[in-house]
Amino acid sequence: MPTTFFGWVSFLLKEYGGLFLSGTAMTLLVATTGTAFGFALGLLAAIVRCIELPHGAGAFKRALVKAANALLGVYVQVFRGTPMIVQAMVIYYGSMQYLGLDLDHTAAAILVVSVNTGAYMAEIIRGGIISVDKGQFEAAHAIGMTHWQTMTTVVLPQAIRNILPSVGNEFIVNIKDSSVLNVISVSELFFQAKSAAGTYFRYFEVFFIVAVIYLVLTLVASRLLRWVEKKMDGPENYVIYGSQTDSRAEIVVHGEGEGDA
Amino acid sequence: MSKVIEVEGLRKSFGSHEVLRGIDFSAAKGEVTCIIGSSGSGKSTLLRCINLLETPDAGCIRYHGKDILKDGVHLGQYHAKVGMVFQQFNLFNNMDALHNCMAGQMKVLRRSREESEANARKYLEKVGMGAYLAAKPRQLSGGQKQRVAIARTLAMDPEVILFDEPTSALDPEMVGEVLSVMQALAQEGMTMLVVTHEMGFARAASDQVVFMNDGVIAERGTPDEVLGAPKSERLRAFLSSML
Ligand SMILES: Nc1ncnc2c1ncn2[C@@H]1O[C@H](COP(=O)(O)OP(=O)(O)O)[C@@H](O)[C@H]1O
Ligand SMILES: [Mg+2]
Repeated sequence: MPTTFFGWVSFLLKEYGGLFLSGTAMTLLVATTGTAFGFALGLLAAIVRCIELPHGAGAFKRALVKAANALLGVYVQVFRGTPMIVQAMVIYYGSMQYLGLDLDHTAAAILVVSVNTGAYMAEIIRGGIISVDKGQFEAAHAIGMTHWQTMTTVVLPQAIRNILPSVGNEFIVNIKDSSVLNVISVSELFFQAKSAAGTYFRYFEVFFIVAVIYLVLTLVASRLLRWVEKKMDGPENYVIYGSQTDSRAEIVVHGEGEGDA
Repeated sequence: MSKVIEVEGLRKSFGSHEVLRGIDFSAAKGEVTCIIGSSGSGKSTLLRCINLLETPDAGCIRYHGKDILKDGVHLGQYHAKVGMVFQQFNLFNNMDALHNCMAGQMKVLRRSREESEANARKYLEKVGMGAYLAAKPRQLSGGQKQRVAIARTLAMDPEVILFDEPTSALDPEMVGEVLSVMQALAQEGMTMLVVTHEMGFARAASDQVVFMNDGVIAERGTPDEVLGAPKSERLRAFLSSML
């Protein structure tokens, strides 16, 4: 048996490397799909909550939109107002005891993270839509776009760009907080670490390794997100075509407004 | 000449504040109408009612004799035919100049990408912005943005263009480049309703001048009549404040 800290670390890595790796893969799977589904869910919720009925809309439509809004309000409130660890227990054991469903652990984990993330995303995206200048809606309506066309071609691309940092933040939170899903026996990193630590009672060394893995994951994720943001902003420079007839006559101009938007 | 836009008894309130208190006027094909008046007199609200960014409370707006508030007028097509140029430009911030001029053609008029692009290039060229196809709005000056906005409207093949103080947000040295584009459009016979504080433009380019005061049209006539021989004390006061 090793006697030093580093001795234990390398011993555990050799012994349980595969376990750490599969745990990391599961954590990434749950965090990525959970964030993606959560984003889709939040987008849907935000679009419904931003519907503006025209003046002539009928009573039925009005009631429908009102009911949907109330329901979404409750959803957001409930899932933001309770801890994810409790949501996991309620959903997993509730569906088992009362719906007779024996949910696959991984599927249950993705479901919990998606629904939880969706509640936060709904508010984030709604904020993003509201923050888009009113003039953008007006210009789109003034050339005849429908509400839906205005949203998809003009407003949402701007809203999503504006909230990308918050979306990235949700992803990073999910990488870390998916660890609570060990309570429903999902084989993510924390769960795997617990079983690895139990055998030799080397809790400190195992969780030191796990801490380093989480840190690397979140660091890489935030770098990646910065890169995506840059990519979405497009080039800082644009090309002026000095002459219409000679395509080689290009002048590169440096944009002035870097950090805006 | 046939009337393109006719407004009759138009009223609009915001809460208890009646901003338009019965507006009557009309614009014939190819006519340039300048709308002047002090701030808060309801000029923007009038234009926004004509293009249905606001819903009027009473009265009617006719386009080629057809009431646009009644059924039977396709609003998408009406919006394409009646373009609007805003004081704050309102270019789509997520698109470059070229795509600003293509989006409406493709989405509203269902034109092909190729046709939309050819049109967009043609009109950007026309307003002197042919060299800036790939520039995003944040990379352009105010005058350049407004010229792209005019090209975006022209690309929809409108019959009427509404301008709401198109040069008011510009630095003085950029006013000229936008006004000269507008002047050229006027000469080509575009029907235009222009809210402006540029009295020089009103005098040179318009067929009729409308003076709005407190939600009603106080005076209306040729530029010589309205600007040269104002009848009311209010208009005289307003004109002397413009000098
Ligand atoms: N959406 C709105 N809600 C409430 N009041 C408004 C709104 N739009 C305009 N107003 C009011 O209507 C009046 C006329 O505004 P506007 O048409 O913009 O005048 P102008 O363009 O001649 O300066 C102003 O008093 C303004 O405050
Ligand atoms: Mg105004």
